[in-house]
Amino acid sequence: MNVVPADLNNVESIVNEIVTRHEGNKHELVAVLNDVQKTLGYLPESALIQVADGLDIPLSKVYGVATFYTLLSIKPMGKHVIRVCESAPCHLLGANSLIDVLRKELRISIGETTKCGTFTLEHTSCLGLCGVAPAIMIDDEVFGNLMPDDIPAILEKYK
Amino acid sequence: MALVTLTIDGKETQVEEGTSILEAAKTVGIEIPSLCYLKDINETGKCRVCVVEVEKSNTLMASCVTPVANGMVVGTNTERVRSARRTVLELILSNHRTDCLTCEKNGDCKLQDYAYEYGLEELRFPSDRVLPELDDTNPFFIRDLSKCILCGRCISVCSDIQGQDAIALIGRGFDTKVAPAWDKPLEESPCVFCGNCVQVCPVGALTPKYSVGKGRFWEIEKVETTCPYCGTGCLLDLHVKNGKVVGASGADGPVNEGWTCVKGRFGLDFIHHPDRLTVPLIREGDGFKEASWDEALELVASKLGGLVSEHGSDSVAFFSSAKCTNEVSYLMQKLARAAVGTNNVDHCARLCHSSTVAGLATSFGSGAMTNSIHEIADAKAVFIIGSNTTENHPVIGIQVKEAVRRGAKLIVADPRDIELAQKAHIHMKHLPGTDVALLNGMMNVIIEKDLHDKEFIETRTENFEAFKECVSKYTPEYVSEITGVPAELIVEAAVAYATADTASLIYSMGITQHSTGTDNVLSTANIAMLTGNLGKESVGVNPLRGQNNVQGACDMGALPVFFPGYQSVTNPDIRSKFEKAWGRELPSEPGLTVTEAINVAYEGDLKGLYIIGENPMVSDPDINHVEAALKNLDFLVVQDIFLTETAELADVVLPSACFAEQSGTFTSTERRVQLVRKAIEPPGEARSDWEIICDISTRLGYPMNYSSSGEILDEIASLTPIYGGITSRRLDSKGLQWPCPTEDHPGTPYLHKGKFSRGLGLFSAIDYIPAAELPDEEYPLILTTGRILYHFHTGSMTRRTEGLHAHRPEAFIEIRPDTAEDLGIVDGEMVQVSSRRGKVEVRAKVTSWPAPGVVFMPFHFAEAAANILTNPALDPKAKIPEFKVCAVRIDRLPLEAAL
Repeated sequence: MNVVPADLNNVESIVNEIVTRHEGNKHELVAVLNDVQKTLGYLPESALIQVADGLDIPLSKVYGVATFYTLLSIKPMGKHVIRVCESAPCHLLGANSLIDVLRKELRISIGETTKCGTFTLEHTSCLGLCGVAPAIMIDDEVFGNLMPDDIPAILEKYK
Repeated sequence: MALVTLTIDGKETQVEEGTSILEAAKTVGIEIPSLCYLKDINETGKCRVCVVEVEKSNTLMASCVTPVANGMVVGTNTERVRSARRTVLELILSNHRTDCLTCEKNGDCKLQDYAYEYGLEELRFPSDRVLPELDDTNPFFIRDLSKCILCGRCISVCSDIQGQDAIALIGRGFDTKVAPAWDKPLEESPCVFCGNCVQVCPVGALTPKYSVGKGRFWEIEKVETTCPYCGTGCLLDLHVKNGKVVGASGADGPVNEGWTCVKGRFGLDFIHHPDRLTVPLIREGDGFKEASWDEALELVASKLGGLVSEHGSDSVAFFSSAKCTNEVSYLMQKLARAAVGTNNVDHCARLCHSSTVAGLATSFGSGAMTNSIHEIADAKAVFIIGSNTTENHPVIGIQVKEAVRRGAKLIVADPRDIELAQKAHIHMKHLPGTDVALLNGMMNVIIEKDLHDKEFIETRTENFEAFKECVSKYTPEYVSEITGVPAELIVEAAVAYATADTASLIYSMGITQHSTGTDNVLSTANIAMLTGNLGKESVGVNPLRGQNNVQGACDMGALPVFFPGYQSVTNPDIRSKFEKAWGRELPSEPGLTVTEAINVAYEGDLKGLYIIGENPMVSDPDINHVEAALKNLDFLVVQDIFLTETAELADVVLPSACFAEQSGTFTSTERRVQLVRKAIEPPGEARSDWEIICDISTRLGYPMNYSSSGEILDEIASLTPIYGGITSRRLDSKGLQWPCPTEDHPGTPYLHKGKFSRGLGLFSAIDYIPAAELPDEEYPLILTTGRILYHFHTGSMTRRTEGLHAHRPEAFIEIRPDTAEDLGIVDGEMVQVSSRRGKVEVRAKVTSWPAPGVVFMPFHFAEAAANILTNPALDPKAKIPEFKVCAVRIDRLPLEAAL
């Protein structure tokens, strides 16, 4: 995922365009939220209100969906989002040691964003990459069979 | 539908295809446990407590969502099932704060019941969950989400019943909770505090505030009765402990089906308010002295009797009340007519729906809601004009939202952006007082487009040609100029209403409270007849009556021209029937209406007035005039539960029992007669209204002796053909809808099937007449008045209810942003509003709700009484005042302006 810098002055027209692209179809809520997040970097309050209005779905439900999926966020995100799988196979094969390195390298905890705004560190539910556990995902790219020592080099690519 | 045979716990049963296992089990007397299941409302299989073993299936099945199949063999209580349930319950309990010792739900909690049944003494799964903090910020109920089991019942009810969607499951994992978006306070969400979520919560996560600590489930007796607020006729269970009402919940009534609104559920603590009147009071100088009943009744009888012998029977008048039972209104008019000999008896329906009675009686021959409330949900179109249904008849609002969910077109004509206007497919935001023009415009379109029901018009109605000629000049363009509604919207609304298979028209005081109120009502009748929307299910002209028993008070003849059952006092045959029954000669001249009586008192010709349960000092137009009139009386008796603004002017005040303290019947807006059951004793020396009237009548030399309210109802039935079969023996939880002429008659859900009460339906040619007072340079704005969800009428009950008063403590005036800017007013500042009749100070609420040039005030608040401003101009036929339109100006207060 290439996160475009958030254009928060333009939320109304951006959301409008996305809702129109999905023909106002309320069954495409998740897809609409995904598109809004891709464009704005996260889901600000004004955007969710407008999605609710545009798709004619109660705001409480839209918010519920927005806070359920790990790939969606109602808080501003860093330029790159690192997602560490927290499912059982990754856990057994050392996901926690990956997290230890990530925290040390980035000086942030799970759920936080680096001061410079480059990285956000998050847990995610199963990525479906159990065959190459432990796995992480940075934006749209996946990395598997990881050892703690692999992390610094990977991060370097995104800095 | 095909039948399916299956075996449940060794018992064979046959049920319809598609039935769930859980429902099928009930047919053989097996209750499968569940925490989340609510039939037809929450069927999600979420809690997993209802799992059962199905032969040949590897996994256990959630019985609430698994449909039956032929030959299925189900075990609902096998060891495997019990073990799974135990684990499920353990997991739920591990995230549930267990404080049964002090929990309000103790004894009525499904989780507690199952924990007991499954012997869950120790839990194997300690939780890491950080329990949410308790939220007691709203005045109605406590949200303790540390006890929430995330079953989703509250969410389903909020969404699918109440239609508010205030809450949802937010977040994920351990952080999941039921809350509004961004976890904001409920006050900032669409929540209307109906509390239906509280009623369905299976655990102690949601509890009513005013019941806390007042009684355990097993100590409480539930008494089913009818709600004392609006005319919907919801049945309530009053929760009684030690002679006190400590709570209420919705009972399974024919209209409300278990649901209720914020007032019915959380608005009953006025019953035990310290302001309740407990002893009779007699005026002494500027104040009152306490008196014995004997003293007070003797004074009333001697004063009223004295006025009658000195000035004649017509020198006194009687105001009955739309709050009291049918039995009370019946006795009140009997007291006036038989004991005193005057037809000067009326009640506040004069101020709300007298134009309905006059108008619909002219068009159809019967002045009541033509159809039943539950039929609204099946209408293909619902046209609401002049009714803020979700605020003033909230449970009928539920039906309207249900109709929309089922695909109905919703058309709303209202000068404000009320909730249903926002949810409507078409909202015509017309100016107050232009209803006739708007309806004529729609009818012009219907005829022009040839959408009228020619067969219905031909066979069921008369005077169509004169009517057609009249509406011909009301083109959408012409009407658009008068109403401010775009012409194309009028066309769209007309086509939507006329082309729906069944269209239900709903109106309320937005139609009736005008100097052209009767014309407005006749126009609603015209449009329904024009499209054949009468005499079948889910159609009709449906006036929503405001008070719990305003329909009944009218039915009982608390009207100056009618005996009970709309039998005219001018008809000699009718009169002689009543003379025979009552043993007195009865007056033949129609009496004074409420509004006329005030004027005659002002002029000095009315000497005495006996008022039960009405508060004209807040409810009537031009209050300064009302006050002068009441002070001009020689003798004023007020019988009420509180010392109201009107009672403060009385010579004698009689303390009466409230709805929870007396028996009788109320008749709801859909003509349904329902029981009011005495749940507790009245406070102090307060007495039932009917007993007080009987005593006064007896002291006036006309003895009234009844042993019970049921005996009065039976007398009503014997003299009132439409109530002929409605006797105390027959009434149960379902009530009966009049007309019900005989004891074997089932009652009448909708009127005018095959034939109108008057024979043919009468079209009326009605021209648009502007409101009596229009804005000008001096008073440039139109003031329209109304009610809000959280208060009722003059507030004598709701403002003495802790939660309701805390939630909406003061009056406001809605001002559009453009008007506010012109006047330099900011949201929340106090302003002065004046009309030709008076002025009040009130807080400005800047909102785009009203139409251009319009401002709105609720009339509940005596200290900022909208009715000081309103215009007492009367409809010539119904004598209803024009509450909905008057001209006002708004000024900044000197202090505010200086800031």
